[in-house]
Amino acid sequence: MPETTPDSGSGFSLRRSIQKVVDFSEPAIVGLIHLCGWSAIIFVMAIFYFVFSESLPAITGLEEGLDHAEVEKLDMVEFTTSPKWIPESAKRPTFGILALMIGTLSVTVLSMIIAVPLGLGAAVYVSEFARGRSREILKVLIELLAAIPSVVWGFIGLVVLNPMLVDVTGEPVGLNILNAGIVLALMSVPIIVSVSEDALRAVPDSFREAGIALGANRWEMVYKVLFPAAKNGLLAAVLLGIGRGIGETMAVLMCTGHSVNMPTSVFDPVRTLTATIAAELGEAVRGDMHYHTLFLIGVVLFVFAFIINLTADLIVKGIKVQGNE
Amino acid sequence: MSSEVTNPFETNDQERRGKKIELAVKYSTLAMTWLLIIPVLAIIIFLVYKAWPALSVEFLLDNPEKKMTAGGIWGPLIGTFFLVLVSLIIAAPIGILAGVYLNEFARDNWLTRFINLAVVNLAGVPSIVHGLFGLGAFVYFLGMDRCLLAASCTVAVMTLPVIITSTKEALASVPMSFRVACWNMGATKWQTIRTIVLPNSISGILTGVILQVARAAGETAPILFTGAMISSRIADSGWDAMVPYGLEDRFMALSYHLYIISTQWQNVPESFKFGTAAVMIGLVIAVNSLSIGFRIYLRARKKW
Repeated sequence: MPETTPDSGSGFSLRRSIQKVVDFSEPAIVGLIHLCGWSAIIFVMAIFYFVFSESLPAITGLEEGLDHAEVEKLDMVEFTTSPKWIPESAKRPTFGILALMIGTLSVTVLSMIIAVPLGLGAAVYVSEFARGRSREILKVLIELLAAIPSVVWGFIGLVVLNPMLVDVTGEPVGLNILNAGIVLALMSVPIIVSVSEDALRAVPDSFREAGIALGANRWEMVYKVLFPAAKNGLLAAVLLGIGRGIGETMAVLMCTGHSVNMPTSVFDPVRTLTATIAAELGEAVRGDMHYHTLFLIGVVLFVFAFIINLTADLIVKGIKVQGNE
Repeated sequence: MSSEVTNPFETNDQERRGKKIELAVKYSTLAMTWLLIIPVLAIIIFLVYKAWPALSVEFLLDNPEKKMTAGGIWGPLIGTFFLVLVSLIIAAPIGILAGVYLNEFARDNWLTRFINLAVVNLAGVPSIVHGLFGLGAFVYFLGMDRCLLAASCTVAVMTLPVIITSTKEALASVPMSFRVACWNMGATKWQTIRTIVLPNSISGILTGVILQVARAAGETAPILFTGAMISSRIADSGWDAMVPYGLEDRFMALSYHLYIISTQWQNVPESFKFGTAAVMIGLVIAVNSLSIGFRIYLRARKKW
């Protein structure tokens, strides 16, 4: 802790005059702190504003269509219900995101089917069975999973999982829903484990003791006491995992096979909303329909993420309110 | 309850079965935990094994040459370094001050709830949407064009929520009595924060900031359209080799480099791709170990 009391000696003290300047500027600093405090709101609004405003011409209509005399406008019905995504067609470009949404959905759902049981199991072990050092080591290793960059995960899917899936399943190419689902599961497990572990540990010990005292073994205690008591937190964990899955870009771009497709099995390649933006925005000309439509997909993703995070947050808040009672 | 039990403390069948279930659950959840960890450890070892032929000091310090089929990764490495540095310079002060606001100034009212909600949502915005935002706001609206500064600003906005959250937690762990004692000495709120609260929580704040370094270094989607480029000519020696990227220059980055050489580029030696991936994982592990070390140090040093 730094020494702050000014020395009692008289005469000029550099330190004291610096102190005076610092103290004098307190109102300015407090103002700055308030401004920074509000920055999160400012940035969320700014993100929505800028992404939305770049997509707006697609909705209201392009004034200067390349060689079209009339106003060019995105067909909203086609946008939401058509599985055809052919943005660069010379004759008639089609912007339908249904197949892309199904792609995102299928990869996310598969990853959750893998990640939720494993994540919950790991959380139960770390929170209820592991002790001391082994718990710390497991937590560190799971945190490490969270730290591996998504492009490295994509690379792993591409060069490790891809040949393995070809060997195991006999499909000609291993870049498909299954590949991306496995990679995404490993990526979203850390958040599921850490949030559900928090939820389990937030249950007071008296609950556990009461369960054990009634003659439950540890499993019955976890299953019949902890899970119901922590269900909101566990639900929030799953929601946050889903949010991560929907928003993930690089890994799914590299692992899904990247072809616009309505999948019929987990061995089909698909393309996701995020991957489409990442792959195509570089080539889209600023100001044309393709460019604005990609931003509109961004708006769709933003809204999805917003709803999921809002719900997860409200659910977690719900626990806290309960805990206070 | 049957009354025939002679010794009430003797284990009965039900209890023995319960014990078995308990053990089965314990070991199956343990197996699930390791099922998550072991493949990843195996993959990391595999990556390093495949990367071994390429890994050398020259690989780190040479620029990519001959359309990335020779040389090393110096350009992307130092590009990532500058990206992280500039984005931290932008995000750390804002994030730390925002954490200070939320923990020290904010009252329990609708505005604070709104801010907390915004932080949670900012953390949940998909990374590619951050990229779109960076393109719309920094590259076009503010006219920065695609450059290191625009990419750094984008990454800064992305790392902000975690810095805010970890700062808030670090500040909250400083006991209230410390502040009360300081106020009683006649100190103002800002004096208290500057001399008591921040020094006592600095390790916790740094842990959060360091973890963000790893995240910022690994992100690809936000820099795709805001400044990363496939290859650029970089000077071989002198000051220009150390600082090849000005704020207005486009730059190479490790994450983008790995994406390009593994999906878009032909004829890149296998070991180069694995080498780049291994270097990235190595960096992430190093940064994380640093942060874990900090946490252990912090726990040992805690005085209250």
